[in-house]
Amino acid sequence: MGRCRGVYAPGFVSMDSTPTRMDTMSSESLQSLIARHQASPHALVQILREAQTLQGWLPREYLVEIAGALGLALAHVQGVAGFYRFLHTRPVGTYRVLFSNNITDRMLGNEALMRDLCERLGVTRGQVRADGRISIELASCTGLCDQGPALLVNHHQIVTRLNPGRIEHIAALIEAQVPPAQWPPEWSRVDDQIRLTDVKLGTQPAPGEALAAAIARGPQGTLDDLKRSKLRGRGGAGYATATKWQLCRNAPGQTRYVVCNADEGEPGTFKDRVLLTSYADGVIEGMTIGAWVVGARRGLIYLRGEYRYLLERLQAVLQRRREQRLLGEAIQGRVGFDFDIGIHIGAGAYVCGEESALIESLEGKRGTPRIRPPFPVESGYLGQPTTVNNVETFSAVTHIALHGGEWWSRIGTPQSTGTKIHSVSGDCERPGIYEYPFGTRIGRILEDCGARDTQAVQVGGPSGVCLSAFEFNRRIGFEDVPTAGAFMVFNRSRDMFSVARNFAHFFAHESCGFCTPCRVGTKLVVRRMEKLQRGDGSAADVQVLFELDKLMHGTTHCGLGAAACNPLRDTIARFRPAYERHLQSLHFVPGFDLDAELSQARLATARDDSAAHLENKE
Amino acid sequence: MTDQRIDALSPGTFELDGRDVEFAPGDTILRAATRAGHYIPHLCWKPEYGPHGSCRVCTVKVNGRTGAACTVMAGAGQEVQSNTDELNAQRKTLLQMLFVEGNHFCPSCEKSGDCLLQATAYEVGMTGPHFEELYPNRPVDASHADVLLDLNRCILCGLCVRASAMVDGKNVFAIDGHGIATRLIVNSPSGLLGDSALQVDDCAAHICPVGALLPKRRGFATPIGQRRFDISPVSQQVEKDAT
Repeated sequence: MGRCRGVYAPGFVSMDSTPTRMDTMSSESLQSLIARHQASPHALVQILREAQTLQGWLPREYLVEIAGALGLALAHVQGVAGFYRFLHTRPVGTYRVLFSNNITDRMLGNEALMRDLCERLGVTRGQVRADGRISIELASCTGLCDQGPALLVNHHQIVTRLNPGRIEHIAALIEAQVPPAQWPPEWSRVDDQIRLTDVKLGTQPAPGEALAAAIARGPQGTLDDLKRSKLRGRGGAGYATATKWQLCRNAPGQTRYVVCNADEGEPGTFKDRVLLTSYADGVIEGMTIGAWVVGARRGLIYLRGEYRYLLERLQAVLQRRREQRLLGEAIQGRVGFDFDIGIHIGAGAYVCGEESALIESLEGKRGTPRIRPPFPVESGYLGQPTTVNNVETFSAVTHIALHGGEWWSRIGTPQSTGTKIHSVSGDCERPGIYEYPFGTRIGRILEDCGARDTQAVQVGGPSGVCLSAFEFNRRIGFEDVPTAGAFMVFNRSRDMFSVARNFAHFFAHESCGFCTPCRVGTKLVVRRMEKLQRGDGSAADVQVLFELDKLMHGTTHCGLGAAACNPLRDTIARFRPAYERHLQSLHFVPGFDLDAELSQARLATARDDSAAHLENKE
Repeated sequence: MTDQRIDALSPGTFELDGRDVEFAPGDTILRAATRAGHYIPHLCWKPEYGPHGSCRVCTVKVNGRTGAACTVMAGAGQEVQSNTDELNAQRKTLLQMLFVEGNHFCPSCEKSGDCLLQATAYEVGMTGPHFEELYPNRPVDASHADVLLDLNRCILCGLCVRASAMVDGKNVFAIDGHGIATRLIVNSPSGLLGDSALQVDDCAAHICPVGALLPKRRGFATPIGQRRFDISPVSQQVEKDAT
């Protein structure tokens, strides 16, 4: 096997002309959008996304044409298209309706609303109506938990605050073939719902103010000050931002990249949506300061596909900042400080929130997490040193650059400095955005949001922790309860088993399929949870769930699989009766009734005599 | 992530289940262990290829932390545990997952006795599937004149994908889908193997560790009982001659 050696270049082949049967107009549109992306294989995900707008899905001829133009193998293009939930290689309805299926949407009745819409339109979930007009599916959390239930039409337009009236109206508009863009604008209203502000959501610096302070300090001076702030990443892992930037700055490379992780996919999290909607200047300024520190010339915002509706707004901010000489060449007149930012739109894949999967996706590939090391700071986007930071982290950087690291480090706790923005949803009177210094008690947040008779809080989303009432004195912070920003409240009327079941489906739906324990494990977990839901489960099934949790924690390729059983473990530990209510019997031992199994054979042979029953056999 | 690179820049020694193993710069734990003749169960790794890390069967404990031996870089002084009851039990579960995920009927499979999945399952003492079978509906592609593609047996190790891209320079295979619906696909206009550029003497046609890709008409050239893993268990056939 000595000859089996070489360099892995995924999917690239020599160009050959494959005949297509595409009509000329589609072909021209396709060619022009490919040309807009310079026929770059790294733009494959963007090209597929845009190509899909031509017909709503990606016929095989499109894939052939794209593969040919980009010099990629057709199977590679097909594999990338097949990875993302928002790309379709089979026909979907002209109106493609996705109901957000976070547990908070469920608690607000999304199931009944979806059933209602399906019935009104005469379509089965997951299928395309015979006339091709409509298809309806469930989707992972769309980040509108504080104003749900929500749905997404044609991966572009959202409808918030669904109710039976809106569903009835939507059905009528679809039957009348009214384009979503002409639906009542009020339906697509997304409110920030900022309930409590602190330093990040309070007074904002004028555009360029914080950047000027950073430029005055110099890159190393800015980095040293960031070190003093002890800022840790806001995406969940809590890695020291200054250390990450230092590593990126020091890593050898031809160029460097600053990437903003706006793939806010953790169910129950919507703080980045608000930051990008109303505080985009602060986020972009933080990225620019990052570029100043690490020496990057190019930045990328990875915007989750569900937030596609924010694109035009963000582009306008970028354009204005270019005009203000805050992006582009010689930023703020500083010769040699050139930096600009592009936006990459995701296509429905939670795993792309993991930084190395995000980079794979930016490079036009399936979002499979990379083997690390090397870490992105050494070898990231296109193999160059890349720093990937959360939206909220960049926002914090801007405020730190303006007010100093010392100021920031005095807020919060010694190990968790500064503030954290929480996306509060679920059973409370005032869902929305709350900013608190680290160290805030869970109970305090519950009081502020008007939560009553609370049974549990899921902090940090399904990958985070589920806390019950006796833990509400614990505090938010890396030393106690870390969080990426979700705060979902459940009152005593909620069945915590159903919560865990919803999260189990989420992880199975979002598994990238690369490694055995996650690909198969998440599926086996879902089957167990469904078995319990049907009332067919036994204590042995709960035991298997424990085993799967342990295995997945120790063997998966990335954090998604490792965290996939967190909600299960937490809810079994804290709300065991909720599971036991679903068991046949606490002491039931699964077995096999051989005689009952033979009933089909008796039926088939038309026998029911005594010799056809096991108990009568010797 | 740490402040320093963790892959060693000079040779050294780590400890594998109490025995010293020498490594060269850039070695993973599995590569160094294999070269030294020590067996760590694995399916998706071959010495000629770089780290992949999808099957997770080679999961070991390095200084108490778990990691796939095929992806973790060797470092001086590491204490690596591999042949422990706990890790072997985990391996057995991973293998059971692979068995129930596909349709693996060893008695009727012509790869039986030559199959790395089967041999590794024997090695870790797997006697049954433990989980319910998923019985997926997967097609058999017999369109190629010389090579059979039976996706029922595919364990998604990606070796054929890599062999075709890296060695054959053809990119005949790719991975499609996600989650439990992840599948191997063929690069050809029809999606069938017969229309692809694969030839029977390609590396990719022979690299499958299970019976998903088989050269036709050779099934029983070696009788059952005289096949590779019939003769000695997989743990005694470490590929130490390779780099």
